[in-house]
Amino acid sequence: MTDQIRCRDAVHQLWGYLDGALTTGNQEALESHLSWCLRCCGELEFARELRGLLQRRASPPLPDDVADRLERFVDHLDDPSGPPNPTVDHRS
Amino acid sequence: MLGASGRTQLQQLARDELPGLYALAWQLAGTDAEDLVQEALLRACRNFEQLRDPKAAGRWFRVILTNVWRDRLRKEGREPDEVSMPEEEGFSLYRTLVEEDPLPYSDTLHVDFLGAFSEHDVHEVLQRLPLRYRAPLVLRYVEGFSTQEIADLLELPLGTVLSQLHRGRQRFERAMWEYSEESGLLNEATQGSGTTPGSSRSARGPAHGPAERPATGVSS
Ligand SMILES: [Zn+2]
Repeated sequence: MTDQIRCRDAVHQLWGYLDGALTTGNQEALESHLSWCLRCCGELEFARELRGLLQRRASPPLPDDVADRLERFVDHLDDPSGPPNPTVDHRS
Repeated sequence: MLGASGRTQLQQLARDELPGLYALAWQLAGTDAEDLVQEALLRACRNFEQLRDPKAAGRWFRVILTNVWRDRLRKEGREPDEVSMPEEEGFSLYRTLVEEDPLPYSDTLHVDFLGAFSEHDVHEVLQRLPLRYRAPLVLRYVEGFSTQEIADLLELPLGTVLSQLHRGRQRFERAMWEYSEESGLLNEATQGSGTTPGSSRSARGPAHGPAERPATGVSS
C-alpha cells in the first residue's frame, strides 16, 4: 500500500522518474498516481518530448571560420617548434 | 612533450570532438566558447597520458572543458551557484498550452508546439536561463552526465545540483512559453510556411549576445 500523492507532487517528480532517479517508494507512489490520472500521464509524455528536444536541438553548429581556426590550433598542439598561444588570433 | 604517435593520436581525437566541444563551450561560455575550447585542448595535451581508453575521449575532453570553465568562473569570482533565486514553483508548460490553446487547429497541440522550435530557437531559449540553471541542464540532458557526475564536476553538493536541475527545468518551460509568444513562432507554424530554421529571425547558430546576460522576463 503506497501513500496517495497529489498532482502537484506527481508533476514535480516526472523528470526524476524519466531519469530513473526516484526512490522505490516515490516511484511506486507516482506510478500508482499515473494509473488513474490522465492529466499527469499527459504531463509525463510531454516531459519526455521536452527532454528529447533538449537532447536533439540544444547543440549549436560549429561555424566554418571557428572550425578552421580550431583545426589549425589542433595542428599545432604540442608542436616542438613552439606551443600555440590561446590568446593569439590564428587567422593569418 | 608527447611522442610523435601520441601527438598524432591526440590530434585525431581532438579533431573528431571539435563540434561537440564547441557546442558545450557555447552553452557554458557563450562568446568565449572558442577560447574555452583552446584552453581545454591545451590542458588535454598536458594530461594526455591520463586518457587510458581512446573510446572514452569524448567524455574525457568534456570533463576537462567543464573543469577549465569552472576554474575560470572561480578566478573571476563568478560562481554558478551564487544567490538562490525565489522558487519558481507551479508553472506547467503542459497545462499552459491546454489553457491558452495557441494552436487551435492542432489535434496534437503539445507535439506541434515543440515541433515549431528549430535548433536556433532552442539555443535562444537556453541562453535566457541564468548560468547556474543552464549549466546543469546542459550537462545532464544534452551531454548525458549523471547528477552525481555533475556534482563532482561543479564541486557542488548533490542536493544543490538536484535543486538547480529542478528549477532549471521549470525556468526552461517558462522560457519556452515566453519565447513562443515574443518571437511569433507559433504564427509562423500556423501559417503553414513550415519551420525553416532561423527563417525570419536573424542568423542561424550562435550569433547571440553574451552568455551571461540577465534572464529577461523569466523571473516575473
Ligand atoms: Zn495527477
